[in-house]
Amino acid sequence: MKPDALLYPTPKGLFCEVGQFYVDPVQPVDRALITHGHADHARSGHGHVLATRETLDIMRIRYGEDFCNSEQVAALGEKLVINGATVSFHPAGHVLGSAQIAVEAQGTRIVVSGDYKRRRDPTCLPFEPVACDVFITEATFGLPVFHHPDDRLEVAKVLTSLRQFPERAHLVGAYALGKAQRVIALLREAGHEAPIYIHGALVKLCDYYQSQGYDLGDLRPATLVGHDRQVFAGAIVIGPPSAFADKWARRFPDPVSIFASGWMLVRQRAKQRGVELPMIISDHCDWPELTRTILEIAPGQVWVTHGREEALVRWCELQGIAARPLHLVGYDDEGE
Amino acid sequence: MRAFAELLDRLVLTPQRNAKIRLLSDYFRATPDPDRGYALATIASTLSLKAVKPALLRELVMERMDEVLFRYSYDYVGDLAETISLVWEPSTEAGSEAHDLSLGAIIHLLQSVGRSEVRGLVRSLLDQMDSSSRFAFLKLVTGGLRIGVSARLAKQAVADVGEKDIGDIETLWHGLAPPYRELFQWLEGKADKPQLTTPAVFHAVMLATPVGDKDLENLDPADFAAEWKWDGIRVQLANLGGTRRLYSRSGDDISGAFPDILEATDFEGVLDGELLVGGTSRTNQATRTFSDLQQRLNRKTVSAKMLEDYPAFVRGYDLLFSGTVDIRGDGFLARREQLAGLLETTSAAHFDLSPLVPFSSWEELNRLRSDPPDPVIEGIMLKRLDSPYTPGRAKGPWFKWKRNPYNVDAVLMYAQRGHGKRSSYYSDFTFGVWTESDGKDTLVPVGKAYFGFTDAELDVLDRFVRNNTIERFGPVRSVRAEPDFGFVVEVAFEGINRSGRHKSGVAMRFPRISRLRTDKLPRDADRLATLIAMIDGGARQP
Repeated sequence: MKPDALLYPTPKGLFCEVGQFYVDPVQPVDRALITHGHADHARSGHGHVLATRETLDIMRIRYGEDFCNSEQVAALGEKLVINGATVSFHPAGHVLGSAQIAVEAQGTRIVVSGDYKRRRDPTCLPFEPVACDVFITEATFGLPVFHHPDDRLEVAKVLTSLRQFPERAHLVGAYALGKAQRVIALLREAGHEAPIYIHGALVKLCDYYQSQGYDLGDLRPATLVGHDRQVFAGAIVIGPPSAFADKWARRFPDPVSIFASGWMLVRQRAKQRGVELPMIISDHCDWPELTRTILEIAPGQVWVTHGREEALVRWCELQGIAARPLHLVGYDDEGE
Repeated sequence: MRAFAELLDRLVLTPQRNAKIRLLSDYFRATPDPDRGYALATIASTLSLKAVKPALLRELVMERMDEVLFRYSYDYVGDLAETISLVWEPSTEAGSEAHDLSLGAIIHLLQSVGRSEVRGLVRSLLDQMDSSSRFAFLKLVTGGLRIGVSARLAKQAVADVGEKDIGDIETLWHGLAPPYRELFQWLEGKADKPQLTTPAVFHAVMLATPVGDKDLENLDPADFAAEWKWDGIRVQLANLGGTRRLYSRSGDDISGAFPDILEATDFEGVLDGELLVGGTSRTNQATRTFSDLQQRLNRKTVSAKMLEDYPAFVRGYDLLFSGTVDIRGDGFLARREQLAGLLETTSAAHFDLSPLVPFSSWEELNRLRSDPPDPVIEGIMLKRLDSPYTPGRAKGPWFKWKRNPYNVDAVLMYAQRGHGKRSSYYSDFTFGVWTESDGKDTLVPVGKAYFGFTDAELDVLDRFVRNNTIERFGPVRSVRAEPDFGFVVEVAFEGINRSGRHKSGVAMRFPRISRLRTDKLPRDADRLATLIAMIDGGARQP
């Protein structure tokens, strides 16, 4: 079967005709396969949803009990037949529960990687390469400039600043699913045992991670009730990035504004956002990880989606690997 | 190099002055010689290195990288040094683990190689560094760190290391050279204060405190001399042991831009005065405005036409050294007498004496201050007759009493979030006044202000911005500003100049928001023509 007959983009998302299902659809559909719980990939209102147990749990936390009509757990590595297609889920290393989805019919296999990364993350399973004819890769950080540094160095920068400015609250902007928990886990690994204060938007997801056996240590709500604002001096406070531009941030003494994101690699980006201490930590592949993954999997073709497709396609051409951009709409190129 | 690179990365993104000083002084404490001295020299621009041309850097990248991929990268990042620091892939034979070369070693290498070896050296150094160090290194060799740290701020941080006064550092500064070993040894208490052998070094200047609410009540006018406060720049002119130098008040050597002054300095000594352009009182021609003086500032060299069109002179305020004799311990009147005697025989076109302003009561002086006889006067200086010349800003011996600021009513147009304590407030404001364009009244931005208001007033401004945003451009919001709806603020400022860089054609000096005019509609705000009339010393509002 020709790959573009097996899976092709439609306005509702990537569609498998023989299986009659969509992968990460951006509009409500009858049957959806979901790679991971981030809001631009996992939406509510579908008929039937197939995803990992963690992804289904996360969707329930975010959208409520009736986020879909019926759900089905995909066990990692297990093959399932949906109409004329065979599908299987494999760890993607992006956030808790994230999976690549392999779709196979008539001898052709396509792997939809969803979002993924290759480096160690204490809060999810590592990426597993799966041999395939077509590998669909994200390209969020698909430019040769992106070389994410070692996470430990980034965490050390924050701990150094805590020692240097013990009178200031250290406000870390981190997305609520995945990044926040990973940053907390990395801080704990680096020996930071003090309470970490979290914004209300993070509470349920942090509780969920803890319930799944990921130890995040002493987390407390970043509210003023019963607190003198001075408890935040020299403390780490974590919240969604949008909260820091908000009046919410006014309760903290002379805050140092920190943002945990791969975008922080580019100084002008940090400056524009008023970030004082960039923490270059990403849940996506950097350029060397993207190119290494393609060489490792050695697929017949590479389809490149959300992000800077043109550079990765160009690189594939230079390596003699067939590649083309796959224009999908509705995903957040900057989501991180 | 890593520690230095990390310091630069922090400084670029740290807006608060005190936090910058802490980052710098912590670095100076933790870093050994000579690295910290070279870092200081780099930041204070006292180090001269062979410049590496951007074209060479491009060629080095292209040796290893596809041109199309480089172009995509450069378009995204926008800064050549940063792009190269990020895309650089160390060659495989360059060795696996990057080890941390010291800043001192790198500078030594750069200073010792011949022209033909530069290419190879830069390539090999880039291979040995991590990305952040590569960025710092590339900024270093292409000239211009642009990290928002002045030489004075760096000196303040140096002073903090040894808990000294910044005046001590400024005094020593021009007598010392990178990597400043003896300076740091002294700051750490491991050596005596460096003894300067170079003549004509800078001596920290004496500064005045502003006259506060009740400062004058208990003071006797008979103990003080009054002088006009001229609107130029404060300078120190030194000629000792055959060396002539002109320094700004923070100790920057600005001799290069003023060869006319240096040439006319035919006396030995150290003089404190105001640098101005125009004619002196001795040539009976008018003193010209600050914007004329600006034509001569920040230049490395100066053309004959510049010298003719914008003649500079020094108006003497004080004398620190008479010949080689240090007279700073003498009283003000005694020093002034020597100054007057000295200036009599100098070139009339290049020097005059700042006249004393006779007065008998504070009320009389207040009247003179509010209505000075010359537009280039920005207020009154009060000096205790018996005051010795002491560096720094001690309260008591010298006061400054500025004339009232200019005021205009302007309309808020844009707002940007502040930093640190203000990071959740819209606290940096751009304001505009009315002008006619294509037959219609429109607002044209005339300045930016981020202080002057109280915390309670900031709450009001912030709420207005949040509730009346029309558009967002990155961190900037534009707010509603229509004739019948908008926010009027009273802006106070110290002066106004013509400016080719601003759309409005004017630039304010030290603008701040002095009052919220919630009682006014935007249509009642001032017009650009009013501001233009204020240039060249037009009317100030009482």
